[in-house]
Amino acid sequence: MDLGQFLSIFISSVFIYNVILSRFLGLCSFIAVSKETKPALSMGLAVLFVISMSSIITWLIYTYLLIPFNITYLRTISFILVIAAFVQLLEILIRKFTPGLYKVFGIYLPLITCNCAVFGVAVLNSDMFFVNNKAVPGSFIYSLFQGICVSIGYTLAMLLMSGIRERLELCNIPKSVREFPLAFVIASLMGLAFMGFNGFKF
Amino acid sequence: MTEKQQNRCFQEFIKGIIRENPTFVLALGLCPTLAVSTSVSNAIGMGAASTFVLIGSNLIVSLIKKQIPEEIRIPCYIVIIATFVTVVELIMKAYSPALNRALGIYVPLIVVNCIVLGRAEAFASKRTFVHSFMDALGMGIGFTLALMIISIIREFFGFGKIINYPVSYNFHPALVIGMPAGALLVIGLLLGFFNLIKQKK
Repeated sequence: MDLGQFLSIFISSVFIYNVILSRFLGLCSFIAVSKETKPALSMGLAVLFVISMSSIITWLIYTYLLIPFNITYLRTISFILVIAAFVQLLEILIRKFTPGLYKVFGIYLPLITCNCAVFGVAVLNSDMFFVNNKAVPGSFIYSLFQGICVSIGYTLAMLLMSGIRERLELCNIPKSVREFPLAFVIASLMGLAFMGFNGFKF
Repeated sequence: MTEKQQNRCFQEFIKGIIRENPTFVLALGLCPTLAVSTSVSNAIGMGAASTFVLIGSNLIVSLIKKQIPEEIRIPCYIVIIATFVTVVELIMKAYSPALNRALGIYVPLIVVNCIVLGRAEAFASKRTFVHSFMDALGMGIGFTLALMIISIIREFFGFGKIINYPVSYNFHPALVIGMPAGALLVIGLLLGFFNLIKQKK
């Protein structure tokens, strides 16, 4: 476990392989929720919480359940079920105990259940930090850290996009490219800017 | 089967290809569409895998729709879909490891593809066995065709090739079209183009 590894995880998952602009995970929610800044930020926070928790849970499942019984081919089924159940549980708990918090990001939780980003991070973690069904030293911390960094990248892209789209409201846009098509073109321009980080070497 | 029923089946099949194309009209399942459309062979592999999962899950859901309780139907659908995705993963690993490497994490990610869950929830849970099969086949082919259109454009402009054959030695490709930023640009312009056609009509 060294600092360089953390730095490289941070740079690559926030900038180079940004979860939205380069890996295309969670595009649906990105296009749907990024119309205004405030909901975009709440969605980002909700994603941050869910991805970090699900990185922990899926790491535990993979290490203590799937590897000892030699059933790693059940990864897809077990991960998706655990994530769906966890998000449902979280929604119930938040609605019951903290109605204030529920108002901020509770309504986004159902959207996250089927968000590719959450499942994608779990799969990526198990691909990157387990070699031949053996955990790399420090894989738990790396998995958690990668989860956090990926959601920081998600929130960053979300915030930038919502800022641009708020200003676009004032412009006169041709009818055929309103909403979706223009959002994709803007995302592509943002992706071009993020590609500049490709030159980073460690 | 009478002629009317046959006609109905054909309608269910054909609608997924143009009128309700999952990618260009319904805008579902865009994540895998953008990620694997770098070359035509990847696009066909992904399309075939998704079509298999669609047909399998639609068939099973339409067969056991009466047994599934209303409240927990979504988790049930997810388990059915995940089972077929695992089948595809194992088959692909065994018979074409190169394709499996090229598609990477996007093979397990078929499980969160909105098209599959969307068809199970919106169509297969209400309709008969035969109609669900035709619907899944049409949607799968529509998805594959959309993937192929995008990947042909990206392969041509990004790498100067058509299905792995170089076009001409004097052609200088714009590499950015083959990169992630180019994928977003191509899909944005295509969606705008199809909107324009719809408005002209």
